Amino acid sequence: MSKSSVHTNLKQVAKLKRVALIGNPNVGKTTVFNVLTGMRQKVGNYPGVTVEKKTGRMDGEVPIEIIDLPGSYSLSPKSLDERIAYDVLSGHLANEPRPDLVVCIVDASNLERNLYLVTQVLDLGLPVIVALNMMDAAEAAGLVIDLKLLSEKLGVPVLPMSASKNEGIGKLKYQIRRTDLTVAPERSWTLMPAVEVEIPALIQILAEEAPKVPERQRFIEVLQCLTSDTMLDYWNKWAPNFQKEVQQARLRLLSNKVPYQQAEVIGRYGWLSPLVAQVVTRKKNVGDASVSDKIDAVLTHRVFGPLFFGLILLLIFQAVFSWATPLMDLIESSVIGLGAIIRASFPAGMATDLLVDGVVSGVGNVVVFLPQILLLFFFLGLMEDTGYMARSAFIMDRLMSRVGLGGGSVVPLLSSFACAIPGIMAARTLANPKDRLITIMVAPLMSCSARLPVYTLFIAAFLPTGKVLGLITFQGLAMFSMYLLGTVMAFVASMVLKRIVFKGESSFFAMELPPYRMPRFKQIFWRMIDRSKAFVIRAGKIIFGMSIILWGLARFPVTEPSAEIALLRSSADTVFEQRVDSLASIGVPYAEASEQIGAEMASRYRRVDAAEAGFQIEHSFIGKIGHTLEPVMRPLGFDWKISAGIVSAFAAREVIISALATIYSVGDVGEDSPLLREKLKADTYPNGDPVYTPLVAVSLLVFFVLALQCMSTLAIAKRETNSWKWPAVMWLYMTGLAYLFSLIIYQGGMALGWG
Amino acid sequence: MTLADLKPGDKAIVKGWSSSVPPLRLMEHGILPGTVVEIVRFAPLGDPVDIKVRGFHLSIRKEDAAQIILETEFPA
Repeated sequence: MSKSSVHTNLKQVAKLKRVALIGNPNVGKTTVFNVLTGMRQKVGNYPGVTVEKKTGRMDGEVPIEIIDLPGSYSLSPKSLDERIAYDVLSGHLANEPRPDLVVCIVDASNLERNLYLVTQVLDLGLPVIVALNMMDAAEAAGLVIDLKLLSEKLGVPVLPMSASKNEGIGKLKYQIRRTDLTVAPERSWTLMPAVEVEIPALIQILAEEAPKVPERQRFIEVLQCLTSDTMLDYWNKWAPNFQKEVQQARLRLLSNKVPYQQAEVIGRYGWLSPLVAQVVTRKKNVGDASVSDKIDAVLTHRVFGPLFFGLILLLIFQAVFSWATPLMDLIESSVIGLGAIIRASFPAGMATDLLVDGVVSGVGNVVVFLPQILLLFFFLGLMEDTGYMARSAFIMDRLMSRVGLGGGSVVPLLSSFACAIPGIMAARTLANPKDRLITIMVAPLMSCSARLPVYTLFIAAFLPTGKVLGLITFQGLAMFSMYLLGTVMAFVASMVLKRIVFKGESSFFAMELPPYRMPRFKQIFWRMIDRSKAFVIRAGKIIFGMSIILWGLARFPVTEPSAEIALLRSSADTVFEQRVDSLASIGVPYAEASEQIGAEMASRYRRVDAAEAGFQIEHSFIGKIGHTLEPVMRPLGFDWKISAGIVSAFAAREVIISALATIYSVGDVGEDSPLLREKLKADTYPNGDPVYTPLVAVSLLVFFVLALQCMSTLAIAKRETNSWKWPAVMWLYMTGLAYLFSLIIYQGGMALGWG
Repeated sequence: MTLADLKPGDKAIVKGWSSSVPPLRLMEHGILPGTVVEIVRFAPLGDPVDIKVRGFHLSIRKEDAAQIILETEFPA
């Protein structure tokens, strides 16, 4: 293209040229998208659905918008992804006209199956370019493709490329920028005659009733309606007569026993198979078993396969659980450090409190998840990029199908033992939307690492020491039971969801096992950044906002300390002044004296501060909520303090410990603080009964296993399902389960006299 | 005979399916009457099964494989 023609074009079209990328899964479509657009990408959602919308800009004299459509095997929608792909290409979406050009990314080493989708795209009557990717893999497999003949047969440009090696990208960019591309030729394949005869009349009705549908697109619209119910429903509003005619045509075909649903597939393959046979020749000297097949013989082997997968899981577990910890600790201590710096440099007061305890710790609550997310997505990227992800699902499918899930749910669920946030995000790797949703819904039942401090505190404080059968400590067994209970409930919940919520929807399982490939670390790195960005921007906002709200609930209404506590402070102040004065009287400078006495009286002042904080939280909204909830929580054995702690723990489960520490006026301590343990043990009701018994502790532990005490989980579930409906269901069923189980345990225990 | 009856290494030609609703997803992957399919291996727990069709590997569950009816003659 000459420069002058570009400039004339600039004048002609002010409108941005839009180019859609489409292709089967695992053909390197995302690589092509990344190479074309670089980092100039935007990620959003298609309105009302969970499908991610990825667009980017291709730079040049005329910028071009590139739309990365979800990976699809076909345009006849069987999944939401495929439905969106068709809707974008056909202009069915509101405010989204048809693209000006479609680039079909095709795996050259697997031409026949890939071209099936291409023939559907050709029938849309748009300009089309076929990018024959993975030419290197095709060559390695001994395939020789007659590109010129293929281009002639399809009637559109065919470009060879290897996107991962950056080969052929320049030519693709040149073709995309061309302005003289004509639309794809009309189909040269035919349907079975009995179906073919129905088509012209239906096209005629559609043309009359919905004249907006471009002429060349009418055929595929008619074909889609004949074979798919969801596509037929679309015309309900736009062309009711057309819809009726299609239904009658279906009935006619049915009564004549014409297998019309299969007509499209049979027709397209009937045309494709001989075409591919003509275009592709296979070199004789290449052996039958490829490298990929040899790797598979080991990695999906009866013994080595599960063994290797176990090792991989162990590695991921280790990384997300342990390797992320130093980074998370660093973030947490930085947040505390930053808070201290701010407190030191600003006057004490409400604004500083808001900045430190609300804003800074709110940001900390978001950033603290990043190490786990980055690490997990590194491993997920590695597994997906190499092709191992599909093998892990292949190995685990039998086991997981028993509880209503598929093999692909293993990694997301196990990751949730570390944290449900990355676990729920990892469910993106599931192609089946139902499996994905169920996985998201049950992932928070896996005991995450935030529950661990809660388990530690209550097990150590209230459960008996000693060993079971002289082997395992009782407390260790209790800890294990917590993990087991969560896991079992997750499986039960997924079975129930599958049976009740998704009743009757069959999940036909057909998963491609793509050839093994070398991982491309640049791609993996991009995705790690992409996921983290999505988390911080979307879920982060919600987590941050809720952090501020929870801070406000604990801080307001501001209450003057009781006379008793005020006396504690004033008497401390009196002692302080007296001692400073007496030092000053023997000649010690005032500043030095007050510093010395301040240090000596630090622990006394800490007690006063703790008492004030305890009084404040008791009279704050959180304390009031605790008191209000007490009648509801008493049957579980919880008093108002535990109830207030549970409400505070909504920020993050482990927060219940610092909340209880504040309420019990022991200052800020960790889960292994003996002081907090003693305070809890010593607490009694007015009648002298202890607040905490082993039974209360068990009830509370079980409540924490099952309840959805985590705003971050709700935030990420909202982001991943693109609605508040599923997070609401999630919160209700988990909290309901928690209440029910704790109720049964406490009341049952009381009835048996274990109270 | 159905696809679920084959052993690893066996090849066969698809004849049709026993289900009333055709498995369109499988058909779109190119499993049609007349197509040659090869059983590559079963998963370690016996299910699903890795099949090779038109040059690529597909993993399907046994219950679905049992719906694919095969020609009695084996391909060369």
